[in-house]
Amino acid sequence: MKPQDISRRDFLRQASWSGAGLTLAAYLPANGQTHPLIINPVAEEFVSGTELMSWISISPAGKVTLMCNRSEMGQGTFQALPQMLAEELEVVLDDVEIVFAPANPEKYGPQPQEGSFSVRGWAPRLLRAGACAREMLVEAAATEWNISKNECYAENGMVISRKTQKKLTYGALVEKAAKLKPPAEVILKKRSDYKIIGKSPPRKDIPLKTNGSSLFGLDKKLPGMRYAVIERSRRFRETVKGFDDSETRKVPGVLHVFKVKRPVFSQYCEGVAVVADSLWAAMQGRKVLKVDWNDPDFVLPNTASLENQMRENLQMIGNHPKFETEYEQCTQKLEASYETPYQSHSCMEPLNCIADVRADGIEIWGPIQEANWIQADLSQRFNIPAERVAVHMTFLGGGFGRKAFPDYPYEAAFISKEIQAPVQVVWTREDDMTVGPFRPGAFYTLKGGLDAGGNIHAFQANTATQWIGQEWSASPPSAPEAAGYNTGDFEGLLHPYRQGIPHYSFGGAGIHSPIPVMWWRSVYASTHGFACESFIDEMAHLARKDPMAFRRAHLPDPRYQALIDRMVELTSWQSRGKNQGWGVAFTECFTGLCGHAVKVTRNTEGKVRIEKVIALIDCGWYVNPDIIRAQVEGSIVMALGAATMHATTFEDGKAIQQNFDTYPMPRIADIPPIEVHIMENDEKPGGVGEPGLPTFAPALANAIFDLTGRRIRRLPFSLDEIS
Amino acid sequence: MPSYKLSVNGKTYTVEAEEQMPLLWVIRDLIGLTGTKYGCGIAQCGACTVHLSGAPVRSCSFPVSAVGEQPVTTIEGLSEDNSHPVQRAWIAEQVPQCGYCQSGQIMSAVALLADNANPDDEAINAAMNGNICRCGTYPRIRKAIKTAAGYSH
Repeated sequence: MKPQDISRRDFLRQASWSGAGLTLAAYLPANGQTHPLIINPVAEEFVSGTELMSWISISPAGKVTLMCNRSEMGQGTFQALPQMLAEELEVVLDDVEIVFAPANPEKYGPQPQEGSFSVRGWAPRLLRAGACAREMLVEAAATEWNISKNECYAENGMVISRKTQKKLTYGALVEKAAKLKPPAEVILKKRSDYKIIGKSPPRKDIPLKTNGSSLFGLDKKLPGMRYAVIERSRRFRETVKGFDDSETRKVPGVLHVFKVKRPVFSQYCEGVAVVADSLWAAMQGRKVLKVDWNDPDFVLPNTASLENQMRENLQMIGNHPKFETEYEQCTQKLEASYETPYQSHSCMEPLNCIADVRADGIEIWGPIQEANWIQADLSQRFNIPAERVAVHMTFLGGGFGRKAFPDYPYEAAFISKEIQAPVQVVWTREDDMTVGPFRPGAFYTLKGGLDAGGNIHAFQANTATQWIGQEWSASPPSAPEAAGYNTGDFEGLLHPYRQGIPHYSFGGAGIHSPIPVMWWRSVYASTHGFACESFIDEMAHLARKDPMAFRRAHLPDPRYQALIDRMVELTSWQSRGKNQGWGVAFTECFTGLCGHAVKVTRNTEGKVRIEKVIALIDCGWYVNPDIIRAQVEGSIVMALGAATMHATTFEDGKAIQQNFDTYPMPRIADIPPIEVHIMENDEKPGGVGEPGLPTFAPALANAIFDLTGRRIRRLPFSLDEIS
Repeated sequence: MPSYKLSVNGKTYTVEAEEQMPLLWVIRDLIGLTGTKYGCGIAQCGACTVHLSGAPVRSCSFPVSAVGEQPVTTIEGLSEDNSHPVQRAWIAEQVPQCGYCQSGQIMSAVALLADNANPDDEAINAAMNGNICRCGTYPRIRKAIKTAAGYSH
């Protein structure tokens, strides 16, 4: 349904469907800031091509409902987005209800949860939406009292007359306000006037998460719902040759066994579903199911072959002649390789999804990171108009990129259609860890040259990895290209150093494999950051310069200068003791700048231990400092696991690690004291959920070098093996 | 199919289940208390932690037939209104992020504090090391346990 096709009646129906009275619609163009403000509650007046968004509902009884149009997987959007709306709307957060907006791009805007985008992407729109709704309520009150708008103000869910102190609640005003033409312009509050933004009111989702009442996908039940588990090929894209379900069908509760498929980018993978009246029965049935797989039409990958492919492809990247000339002139030169592995997302809530496919449409409930995508994907694959695909978001027990992949909702819909009943598909932990998609491993060759003054004159970063974008486009991997010269900008790798280095070069070489790969928290920066910031450290040591000062000299942007200066203040960088080492690293990810300083010590048994981590984030204008600290703390823990504990490796075409016994996670005893600091400035809002991850591993590796003289160039490594 | 009489959060339930069916699935799917979570199925992550006679067990790997007369407490049984000191501390320290593992974390912490009213870091490590949190809320878990210990003094 295009916005311009929505009749006023449709609009009102949608408004009441959203649950609470009339909607004070705030319809803004999707690309926000650069457009003139268009806010229009009358459907007939929609401007073609603008998207409809509405997030604020007020019932006649005065109940305010703020919609959170992004998924909540722990990162706090469920709190931060309503904080922005409530600030400008002039309501107290405690008096509002926050609910998930179902997939409806025309009403709520695009909902993909990626790129640390919630605050940085939505702030302009949500602030304006709140302000416009407030102004319409003020205007309704002014009309009621027959006074000028300027003689009224809004506070605490009421409009108040300055002169008489008379009050009208939003609930009493909402019907009239909804009929008004929204203001063409609104004045947003000054930061110094904020009452909710910049504070850390207790998260509204937390009490639900301390008594077991928060609804995750796996907790949702529908009447008559069946449960399904699926035997999938461990070798990725194999097809089903046949299966023997004679034992499976003897398991009490097992109802159906049949072949299913699952979309993986441009292909379908196959599996055999066991559907039962309980999850336990389905799992038991699967245990005795025998499936024959067709030989795959690809060479079975293993970790050694993938790594060789990456090393070979790195060698095939041609150097840029201009760069070569500059590099050759350098006084001192260094070349080093860095290697990072494939990783599993391993969200604590294994993948699951409910589908109810009926003659009139598809309904989906689940932990979903990309509600719109699921809607569009199922609409296309099942040939059903998008408005008849309802996607309901539950809380996500972690996401990290994995729950943006549309395979598991498709499986649920496929099975529901087949059995003509609602069904919940549940992945076991083993499915979750072995089927993928995974974060791709990435190998690097870095070259750097110093001038006579000990500054970087030329810097080359070549990468070989399984590019995620290539999977989406289904195009064959491009041949390794000649590296560019002074062009390209790669988060975590060249960015942010480009400005401070006169001659740089980037070369990339994709590898091909049947292993599906996908975004993993901080995406490429998760590995780029390790390679680049370790190498910058190597260059600093080659130049016999302090690594902190060396970085400062090569990061001329005032934001980085401030970030580094603050980091120096926060650390006892200059005064390390005998058995202590400090390492530092800075980078940028999804417009959030972050640095980590890690202090390591050698204990009495000669083992190296992390004594302390200090993280410093510059995310510009921000909403909720406690959520920022929580996100950075969590990013450090995730990075610690990826750097020192686990990796997904492959043998005979299969992922080896299947559960937490072989894919060990950081546990409470592994966690050093962590301090998180936030830079105060008026820069644009930047990312928060991901920038805290990439620089932990290089800061740790640099600290280990500082203490032991041993350079870590491959992840993961074991702290126990460092002495 | 055998029938079992279980005491869960002070209520008696009669369930029909195979003897090997883990307590986790009995609690979630037969009794309908979904606060207890499935995370790994092999007692590695602790998301399924419940109390059996007050002691923490990983219900994903504990067959229903082994429960016997022992009372079971789940996250839902801690309080009616989030008023258990550990729940209050978890809210005060803003511990959960995604929240999926937190029922298990809280049940482990409640058991720890029942045994040791004032646990030091080492005792916290020992009692909580069976619970994985992928969001990395560990620093706050540690803090909240100390906060909860303070409430009862």
